[in-house]
Amino acid sequence: MKNIMEVKNVKLRYGDFEALHGINLAFPEQKLTALIGPSGCGKSTLLRCLNRMNDDIADIKITGDILLAGEDIYRPHLDLVELRKSVGMVFQQPMPFPFSVFDNVAYGLKVAGIKDKELIQQRVEESLKQAAIWQETKDSLDRNALAFSGGQQQRICIARALAVRPAVVLLDEPTSALDPISSSEIEETLMTLKTKYTFIMVTHNLQQASRVSDQVAFLMNGNLIESGTTEEMFLAPKKEITSNYLNGRFG
Amino acid sequence: MHEIFLDELKKLNTQFMEMGVLVNDQIDQGTRSFVAHDKKTAQKMIKEADVVPKEAIRIEKKALDLMALQQPVATDFRVVISILKAATDLERIGENAISLAVETVRVKGNPRIPEVEKIISQMTHEVRKMLIEVLTAYVQEDEKTARSMVDRQEVVTANYQKARKVIIDGVEKDSNAAVASASYFVIIRLLKRIGDHIVNLASWVIYKVSGELFELADPKAE
Repeated sequence: MKNIMEVKNVKLRYGDFEALHGINLAFPEQKLTALIGPSGCGKSTLLRCLNRMNDDIADIKITGDILLAGEDIYRPHLDLVELRKSVGMVFQQPMPFPFSVFDNVAYGLKVAGIKDKELIQQRVEESLKQAAIWQETKDSLDRNALAFSGGQQQRICIARALAVRPAVVLLDEPTSALDPISSSEIEETLMTLKTKYTFIMVTHNLQQASRVSDQVAFLMNGNLIESGTTEEMFLAPKKEITSNYLNGRFG
Repeated sequence: MHEIFLDELKKLNTQFMEMGVLVNDQIDQGTRSFVAHDKKTAQKMIKEADVVPKEAIRIEKKALDLMALQQPVATDFRVVISILKAATDLERIGENAISLAVETVRVKGNPRIPEVEKIISQMTHEVRKMLIEVLTAYVQEDEKTARSMVDRQEVVTANYQKARKVIIDGVEKDSNAAVASASYFVIIRLLKRIGDHIVNLASWVIYKVSGELFELADPKAE
């Protein structure tokens, strides 16, 4: 199994506060890795390091290496647009831009400088299909994306992330704001897309992690406590504290 | 919230152990009544044969409720599943013990073969010891003792083979022993089967402790 991203001894400080104490973790290609742990454990912080979403925070200091396909994403003169083309992101709240479905999904392509209208059209359709929202949007691509339901908006956002053909998609609790049916639809979509993309997902929904992920990493107080295949983690984790967390005994 | 789960789990464990004690008594009473020709005890056992299966259902229901309502994972999941599976093996052991009583009621015929009855006593002693040890291993999560059950069952199997030979020799010496010998064959087979189920129980101890699924019983050993 090839690792597409690798995190090596990553430490992160906000001023005096060290939020990550040296994380080592590899993300296998075309798998879904779930990052779990109690609130404030550093999982979202870690996720945001993976496409440099933390860069602009004042007093932040990140050390260690984060490699994408073997290359350090924190190297000087790295093109952030290029990086985020490779490492896309979907947020907790569906955040479509306040314009049409088509323009939402085409947005990244336009930023990336693609001008070929036919290619853009083709990509938009493909991406909406991949995100399993094509049937519901194909006749109303001009409609404002905000006019759709929460679950639909989130899938439009997934389509938008997929449009630039990223290698990795980061998902920050992508279904926590959705009802169970929409959540389940998103889960299904992710299961299908796993054969093409690598996903790294922060989630508080442990059942969801057990259903859709291939690998689980459990973080607590800025440390990686344990990681392993989802089966290992949910059936026989090595550490008792992992079992306690998974059973909701704290967190 | 988790206090409730742990509390329920504790109750479940206690019920499981109580069932183990009941079954252990059944093995003892079953073989003792056979050797002593004590049909009265045997009949009482048969009359009360539904106690253990009822207990098993109570345990299974509680385990299934916990699975469905509390959705345990990881260690907690293994504890509940291992009880669910081990309760089935325990119930089978109980059934075999009842079959010992049935055979006691059915058995007719003298003369008997004292040497066989001595081996039967040995086998009984061994499987009862094994059952207590495996139940203790369950509670203490003692994987080593659980794994040792494979070797222990080999002793039971060896005694089983030895008994077969002694029975055949006994019938050859005195053909009047043929009637009793049919029962002897049934009894030693039941005791051996009880041992096989104890080995299965041991494999659930291992699953509970390590998550490893293990085929301990040798299906070829007969």
